[in-house]
Amino acid sequence: MLLINCPYCGEREQEEFSCGGEAHIERPKNPPELSDDQWADYLFLRQNIKGLQFERWNHSFGCRQWFNVARNTATDEILAVYHMGEKPPKLESNDPITPCGEPKIGSGNFSTSKK
Amino acid sequence: MIKKPKKYSVFSLVRNALSYHENWQPAWRNPEIKKNYDAIIVGGGGHGLTTAYYLAKNHGIKNIAVVEKGWIGGGNTGRNTTIIRSNYLWDQSAALYEHALKLWEGMSQELNYNVMFSQRGVMNVAHNLHDVRELKRRWNANRLNDIDCEWLNTEQVKKFCPVINTSPNIRYPVLGATLQRRAGTARHDAVAWGYARGADAMGVDIIQNCEVTGINVNNGNVTGIETTKGTINSKKIGVVSAGHTSVIAKMAGIKLPLESRPLQALVSEPVKPIIDTVVMSNTIHAYVSQSDKGELVIGAGTDGYNSYTQRGGFNIVEDTIMAIVELFPIFSRMKMLRHWGGIVDICPDASPIISKTHINGLYFNCGWGTGGFKATPGSGWVFAHTIANDQPHALNAPFSINRFSSGELVDEHGAAAVAH
Ligand SMILES: Cc1cc2nc3c(=O)[nH]c(=O)nc-3n(C[C@H](O)[C@H](O)[C@H](O)COP(=O)(O)OP(=O)(O)OC[C@H]3O[C@@H](n4cnc5c(N)ncnc54)[C@H](O)[C@@H]3O)c2cc1C
Ligand SMILES: [Zn+2]
Repeated sequence: MLLINCPYCGEREQEEFSCGGEAHIERPKNPPELSDDQWADYLFLRQNIKGLQFERWNHSFGCRQWFNVARNTATDEILAVYHMGEKPPKLESNDPITPCGEPKIGSGNFSTSKK
Repeated sequence: MIKKPKKYSVFSLVRNALSYHENWQPAWRNPEIKKNYDAIIVGGGGHGLTTAYYLAKNHGIKNIAVVEKGWIGGGNTGRNTTIIRSNYLWDQSAALYEHALKLWEGMSQELNYNVMFSQRGVMNVAHNLHDVRELKRRWNANRLNDIDCEWLNTEQVKKFCPVINTSPNIRYPVLGATLQRRAGTARHDAVAWGYARGADAMGVDIIQNCEVTGINVNNGNVTGIETTKGTINSKKIGVVSAGHTSVIAKMAGIKLPLESRPLQALVSEPVKPIIDTVVMSNTIHAYVSQSDKGELVIGAGTDGYNSYTQRGGFNIVEDTIMAIVELFPIFSRMKMLRHWGGIVDICPDASPIISKTHINGLYFNCGWGTGGFKATPGSGWVFAHTIANDQPHALNAPFSINRFSSGELVDEHGAAAVAH
């Protein structure tokens, strides 16, 4: 289970939160002009990254606020927590080594460094 | 030269017993990698191996490599709770899963390999009015599609599975259940090994410990793959890599509607036979069966976030155990022996993608999420057809990637989202 540092309440167990998926997906500004493929991209297609991912979380059983998290999905390490509307922080990600490579020792091995 | 594997039989068992079982031949070769293949399958799970097997058997394409980064069956094929059924809601899914179930029924004979397919029945339990309506709807849909399904009331449930708690006083009482008697379980490793052996005998090269690191595309045509053991060329590449499909798709610049999440399972210490069917409940999220070794095989849920770590949160296991103990108080003192996770690729409509792509010769078979083991033979059958003919089989035409643009989704959340 993850420990998530809610920007409003502090560190709480992940069970109190719900994940809202990939962050920084903008709602199209010109909906009537969108093609079916563009709608599919907005609604369904996801990067589903192995490595550094920016995602939205909601403290649903706490303060009920939304915020963003930068997490390495190859190790589950949480690298940063930042507010909605903020630009994602600059983090250096050197994981995974090969596209599918598992971190060297077990899956809890941290290999993405904070910059 | 490919040496035909010796047929397994009572006689071969006796003969090998006389030599203290020291002379069994390996079930498949450990071949040299060739430079060129007529088709390459990325991922040596059950779906990849059946694809290669049916490409060779049904379509005569035998110069094939199955490229696996670890060992065959080490992904979700060897991590699932082995539930096999075909009681899906919509016509498209019912047809696909029923085709697979029919192949299961003849699999051990066809492969000359005992996959221990056991049609012990699968019961889907209802705990509230909504469940009852939903399950009865599915029961009727199944009957219309000629798929065996029965409705059991509470007493019939108790009679069919005596250890279940049917007291009206529990938090989620048992109000009834659907039962598919032809459904059941199988030995997952044997499925991978049996198809590997069958494919190998027809000339398929099974290449283990070889990770795909790139997909080569030239002018919209696929030309081969990059691997940790060098470049391998082929004009047809089928990607069947479950939880890692998005990672491979990215190598070809393709974005898919998939989310990869951990899904967990656990087994108990072995005990004498106590439950001779599979019980599943969507509402309290528990499902359980007993393996031939005597272990209870218990499936938990997916974590609520994407991860490739192949291990899930402990809270998910706790929730599942709470549900199991309420439904089966008799299990409350059993010790759990092992627990593990697999990474499942989940589609927004809980249905798979078996499809061509905009790149010629590049095909994807993915999105099976939490419930693709049951489809293993059928999935390979239709994917082989898609690769060989460069167009889908009638059974997988509705499962094209284009459905996310057209809106023709096959929403199986009722039949597939929780139950596996
Ligand atoms: C805990 C759990 C319980 C489940 N229970 C059930 C159930 O009861 N019933 C049911 O029907 N389904 C169940 N499922 C789902 C089922 O296991 C899967 O849908 C199915 O096994 C997928 O088969 P596959 O061959 O596509 O995937 P896999 O067996 O995962 O094979 C994919 C292979 O691709 C390989 N690969 C990945 N990346 C690369 C690369 N870059 N290069 C080379 N190879 C690569 C992997 O190593 C892997 O071996 C369960 C899954 C889990 C995790
Ligand atoms: Zn909070």
